[in-house]
Amino acid sequence: MKYVTEYRDADIVHSYLACIKSIVTKPWTIMEVCGGQTHSLVKHGLLDILPPEITIVHGPGCPVCVTPQSLINQAVSLSIDHKVILCSFGDMLRVPGSKMSLLEAKARGADVRILYSPLEAVEIAKKFPDKQVVFFAVGFETTAPANALSVLHAYRAGLKNYSILTAHVLVPPAIRAIMDDPHTRVNGFLAAGHVCTIMGNSEYYPIAEEYKIPLVVTGFEPVDLMQGLYLTIQQLEEGKFEVINQYSRVVKEEGNPEARAVINKVFEVSHRNWRGIGVIPRSGYALREEFALYDAEKKFGFLSQDQENVNGCIAGSILKGLKKPKDCPHFNKTCTPLNPLGAPMVSTEGACAAYYHFSGIIE
Amino acid sequence: MHLQCPIPKTDFDVITLGHGSGGQLTSRLLDTFVINQLSNPELEKRLDGAILQLDGNLAFSTDSYVVSPIFFPGGNIGDLAINGTVNDLAMCGALPKYLSLSFIIEEGLPVSEFWEVIQSIKQAASKANISIVTGDTKVVEKGKGDKLFINTSGIGRLHPKAQIDVNRVSAGDVIIVSNKIAHHGMAIMSVREGLIFESNILTDSKPLAHVCMSCLDKFGDSIKLFRDPTRGGVATTLTEIAESCGKGIFIQEKNISLDPSVEGACEMLGLDPLYVANEGVFIVIVDALKANEFLEFLSQKEETSFAFKLGEVTDSYEGKVILESKMKGKRVLTKLIGDQLPRIC
Repeated sequence: MKYVTEYRDADIVHSYLACIKSIVTKPWTIMEVCGGQTHSLVKHGLLDILPPEITIVHGPGCPVCVTPQSLINQAVSLSIDHKVILCSFGDMLRVPGSKMSLLEAKARGADVRILYSPLEAVEIAKKFPDKQVVFFAVGFETTAPANALSVLHAYRAGLKNYSILTAHVLVPPAIRAIMDDPHTRVNGFLAAGHVCTIMGNSEYYPIAEEYKIPLVVTGFEPVDLMQGLYLTIQQLEEGKFEVINQYSRVVKEEGNPEARAVINKVFEVSHRNWRGIGVIPRSGYALREEFALYDAEKKFGFLSQDQENVNGCIAGSILKGLKKPKDCPHFNKTCTPLNPLGAPMVSTEGACAAYYHFSGIIE
Repeated sequence: MHLQCPIPKTDFDVITLGHGSGGQLTSRLLDTFVINQLSNPELEKRLDGAILQLDGNLAFSTDSYVVSPIFFPGGNIGDLAINGTVNDLAMCGALPKYLSLSFIIEEGLPVSEFWEVIQSIKQAASKANISIVTGDTKVVEKGKGDKLFINTSGIGRLHPKAQIDVNRVSAGDVIIVSNKIAHHGMAIMSVREGLIFESNILTDSKPLAHVCMSCLDKFGDSIKLFRDPTRGGVATTLTEIAESCGKGIFIQEKNISLDPSVEGACEMLGLDPLYVANEGVFIVIVDALKANEFLEFLSQKEETSFAFKLGEVTDSYEGKVILESKMKGKRVLTKLIGDQLPRIC
């Protein structure tokens, strides 16, 4: 656990906390972009120790939460109607579609498998040449290289039975969409460390400049998060708006060019529909035309015509930080992790699930 | 494959539907593989059930075992099925005495694998000092099961000093966990299809009845509750306790004892060890006045040498479990939602 435990040192966390308390003079609202950061803030109880001036809002960086229901319907339809082997990361399975979740599809006999890597899905495709295998490729820039690589592996192996259902989204357009909302309350961002590991920091300088907001590229451990918050609050108190890399032990200024080359070979930037937010221009990845054979939507056609069913879920306002989960009338009443109305209550990285685990303290 | 005992010669390599028909093939399978191996006077009578004599208050428990895969590091479905029911009885404050044993076998199970499971059952029964006095064997068609399912039920005599009752749990009581946690679930994860990773993590499956009885001998009614945190792990069990007794439970992350290999594997897979299954650990809630002595007592025993104080029962946070992180922040623990690890026991 070396290189992890050092960043979970309670004394260091508390020294940063003391620093924050010593400099904060007015209320600030800070958004952590990434669901991994949300999860860590809750898991380590950090939300509970921050001074009252600091409000943390959980951003749209939970891929499960922002995947539109239409794509979940599509995945369900592929698994049931087309009888494909539908492979996915675990969290996606419990997100409700219009009629059912992938977990319910599995219970009805669909072959739905939980994987930790898309490359395993390629191996499954090799093992079952008579079956179609579809990987539900959700995620931000972080998971894009591995998903792109799975397509390249399938291409090189000459596989005709592998494809991906793409729901890739990008962080910078989401930050812009949040800041463009006239009701936004966000004063500063903890940018997602792992996304920048791939993409580097260059996309964030124009955002900081344009919106006059500080962005601190931050890691995921308690010390990272507290240091990230300190660096953000320090800038806010001093009226600065710079991009600072807190996570420099992992994030290089230029990111990872090899990984980006793999992404660019397979994907191109496209418009994307975000759950609860709507279409954000040039905010996601789609497969390039030359890899159309591996595009599940083109291969099988858009199967499900089921209408989106939002059940009163206010995911859009939550993901943009306009409302807190406890502002939702369904929160912890008709909507719980066991019976989620919407995706933010499903994933452990979701804002509502995060608050659900925190709410017992604050109520 | 390491066999403790040479496998008897048979004219079949795999178990077929005929072995569950109740006819000649069933007799041959049971005679050679089960009754012969698990022999005791009650089983040898071959009645439709067992006729038993037991005095005093009894505990009775049942459990089904569907773990996949059936062999995993440190054990298999056989010893798990014995230890699991033995421990359920022990958690009631009873010394297990008699168990039933029922198999549901998917046709095609290699006889060698069945033999290995039986050998583990034999050893586990002997270690726990229980007799298997009745049972059943059914075989289902290929694809209608998953190699082997086992059900065991058990009866034990209540320890005369046992007063295990969730309603006796009161504010100030101390929560002790008997050993390092999360070994069983992570051992299963390490051999799950599609997720195989190299580790030295073994299941912690073991009988806990004797250590529980010695605790009751020494501490009697100072022990308010025993629970074994199997599926759903320590967090889920504590939540159940908090809901049942209506008290709050306050635990501290810094107290949790974890093996570094288990901690690393949990970290790698993004699992919270508090939600990972155990098969050889118990939670005990004990009167605060006796807590230190109790902990000292446990730490001197091999099965519980890493026992630790996890937290305490409180009048605050009614019906909830609150974890104080190493950073001194608090959060609510809930029951495991959905499946963290499919089919672990």
